[in-house]
Amino acid sequence: MTGSTPRTAARTQARTPSRAMTGTLAGTGVLVRLGLRRDRWLLPLWIAGFALIAYSTAVAGAELYPDAASRVEASTALNATASMVALFGRIYDPASLGALSLIKYTAFMTAILAVLMVILTIRHTRGDEESGRLELLGGGRLGRDAPLVSALAISFATSILTGLFSAAALAVGGLPGNGSLAFGLGWAATGMAYSAVAALAAQLTASARAATGFSIGVIAVTYGLRAVGDLAEPGPSVWSWLSPIGWNQQIRAYAGDHWWVLSLPLALCAALVPVVFLLRSRRDLGAGLRDERPGPARGHLSGVLGLAVRLQYRVLVAWCVAFVLFGVVIGSLVGNVADFLSSPGAQDLMRALGGRQALTDAFLAAEISIMGVIAAAYGISAANHLRSEEAAGHTEALLGTATTRIRWASSHYAVALAGVALLQLLTGVSIGIGAASAVNDAELVARSTVAALAQIPAAWVLTSAALAVFGWVPRMAGAVWVLLLGFIALGEFGVLWNAPEWLMDLSPFRHTPLLPVDAEAVPALVALTAAAALLGALGYAGWRRRDLAA
Amino acid sequence: MSSVVEMTGVVKRFGSVTALDGLDFSVAEGEVHGFLGPNGSGKSTTLRLLLGMLRANSGSIRVLGLDPWHDVATLHRRLAYVPGDVALWPNLTGGEVIDLLGRLQGGQDRARRDSLLQTFDLDPTKKSRTYSKGNRQKVALVAALATDAELFLLDEPTSGLDPLMEDAFRGCVRELRGQGRTVLLSSHILSEAEALSDRVSIIRAGRVVESGPLEQLRHLTRTSVTADVARVPPGLDLLPGVHDIVVTDHRVTAQVDPAGLGPFLQALTAAGLQALTSQPPTLEDLFLRHYGPAGSFEAARR
Repeated sequence: MTGSTPRTAARTQARTPSRAMTGTLAGTGVLVRLGLRRDRWLLPLWIAGFALIAYSTAVAGAELYPDAASRVEASTALNATASMVALFGRIYDPASLGALSLIKYTAFMTAILAVLMVILTIRHTRGDEESGRLELLGGGRLGRDAPLVSALAISFATSILTGLFSAAALAVGGLPGNGSLAFGLGWAATGMAYSAVAALAAQLTASARAATGFSIGVIAVTYGLRAVGDLAEPGPSVWSWLSPIGWNQQIRAYAGDHWWVLSLPLALCAALVPVVFLLRSRRDLGAGLRDERPGPARGHLSGVLGLAVRLQYRVLVAWCVAFVLFGVVIGSLVGNVADFLSSPGAQDLMRALGGRQALTDAFLAAEISIMGVIAAAYGISAANHLRSEEAAGHTEALLGTATTRIRWASSHYAVALAGVALLQLLTGVSIGIGAASAVNDAELVARSTVAALAQIPAAWVLTSAALAVFGWVPRMAGAVWVLLLGFIALGEFGVLWNAPEWLMDLSPFRHTPLLPVDAEAVPALVALTAAAALLGALGYAGWRRRDLAA
Repeated sequence: MSSVVEMTGVVKRFGSVTALDGLDFSVAEGEVHGFLGPNGSGKSTTLRLLLGMLRANSGSIRVLGLDPWHDVATLHRRLAYVPGDVALWPNLTGGEVIDLLGRLQGGQDRARRDSLLQTFDLDPTKKSRTYSKGNRQKVALVAALATDAELFLLDEPTSGLDPLMEDAFRGCVRELRGQGRTVLLSSHILSEAEALSDRVSIIRAGRVVESGPLEQLRHLTRTSVTADVARVPPGLDLLPGVHDIVVTDHRVTAQVDPAGLGPFLQALTAAGLQALTSQPPTLEDLFLRHYGPAGSFEAARR
């Protein structure tokens, strides 16, 4: 819009100033294009990803629940299980295929969408401001409101497109058109609402990290509010109505389609956006609402390990809290697992499989191995601090001192390894406590803790792979994430795809022992730990001999 | 005097780009050595090689008698480094960063740290993200100068500092020289190196093209003079020490050696001097004059 205007045109514009050229919005179009250019891979992948998930869920639902009777049975069971209601919400029409198929998507996936919208919005607001990029651009002909308007435009458009494509995908997947549209618009409006929350947070705090933390905190709290609301008998209590995620559930797509509820998130947007602009106009570039507090004049960091802990502990604490909460909820589901199968036929089957104990074990093993994969993701992100510190130029200052490369690399590697172990310990204990209190069996605490600890070596393999990549090809730090996704996909679909055995065997998660863990598991655990050590040594070797790369 | 830094025939390539192309360079013990060159000439690459952060493709490097690639920890305990681009952790205060770097260095002098904070007028309680470029630079300078190093490697140490702070920095460097320590400071500003250095080396396109005491390099430090006169007198170009003279109407432009300045100005005054500007030549000017036309920069870099 305001890119390269010929001189004569610029003069004409100057005489009759159009708002887009000279007002507080000047340059918005350029910024939108810049933002889309930066995210040209991220946004299409993400919109397509949500649509694909929606489509496959619709198709899978139709296969799982072919008739009304099976739907009513499943819905009734879900609605009667408190922990499921707390986690996912209620199904308001037990016979509705859409409401049942999408039960995990109305609240839970919506929260994930909200997290992504928060990351996107803050990346284009406070993130750009903190890095100084906005200052660089602000030197050009850029209106005061242009950065905020363009950031919100990108976030809102992404929300709306995600919703519309998902609605189309659901309809193509065979679900009723009206319900699909209600569901998709629900995602769109909720995504917009949380984008507005993130834009507000970006004005309140002086760093992108704090703004993200604040916004994700809001998501967590509103998720919790709706859980409380959903648990009330009957139906949602007032708590649900205090949460945008709760509103999304109350749209009741495929179960009555309460269209008017869509006005709530939109009203929230309409209320928040002017406040955001007001706050922006009242503060300096780079400043938060509150002045930066002075910190200590003297430092007590003992060395690079102290520094690594200092840089990483907040994030680790957040992971720990999430793992404990998740663990307790998952653990408490154990009670329902047995109750689900109360029909005589199912009980026969259960006995054939090894009794209640075997069923509990199978359930716990599945949940604990999922937590193991998530812990591996933590390990990778913590180990990748090595690369982000190097790229930021921090490593140069440290290596200019008497610190050796190995000692510095060991600091973040150690935090990553210890963090993985801590997370798995907390998982085991919290799942164990949740399960033990649900079925009154204290022995489950030790049982699930041992199982969770047995996941550590596999997660360490991925953590060490991140170190190996850092040592040899630092610019490809993202490759380890691809590796993790590949292993997850092989675990889920390897058999379906007829993947060769050797390929599936590459995944460390395949060699991790399942519950109950006994002496037979020891060789596999030793081998996995050795593989992790080998990858770590490989990484050190590469790091010792390569140039420092900016 | 023995050499503290000794580089011979050092070649460093990044992929197809040759950053250092047979660099020979030495710094003697106890001297302040100015390392001069335009942007992209290989100054920072040289310093990173001296620190063992990069590995040379060929050639030999000794720092304080040690191999910087293999003896990192031993060597670094004896030197202090200020990077050209100071990046700090945004949520740590300046004081925390200074103390961390000092501890990693193997101890810093507390009293000296505090007096340096005063000298540079730096508030150590501020979070690093709120520091300006100059203040970030001060954090790195205080951390380095408060140590008890034998050798100081400073990569464009005054970038971002205001003139007052530049002055404070010069005082610190003189103090170090008084204590017999060795300082290697890189710069692209000739006058800065001139004010501090005992010896100067000039790097261009990955090679040291001039090296020696400043007096020896005096021929490099001509002053560029532009004057408006009532009438241009004949024979200006015949005066000793006057070079590259250009006359347009009533304006005279010339490069003048320090010794030739007096007679030249007398001649101009006699000719009815109306306006006068003078400036020390920029490094780029010098390179253009001494080492070939503009195009050869690019040619030499390839």
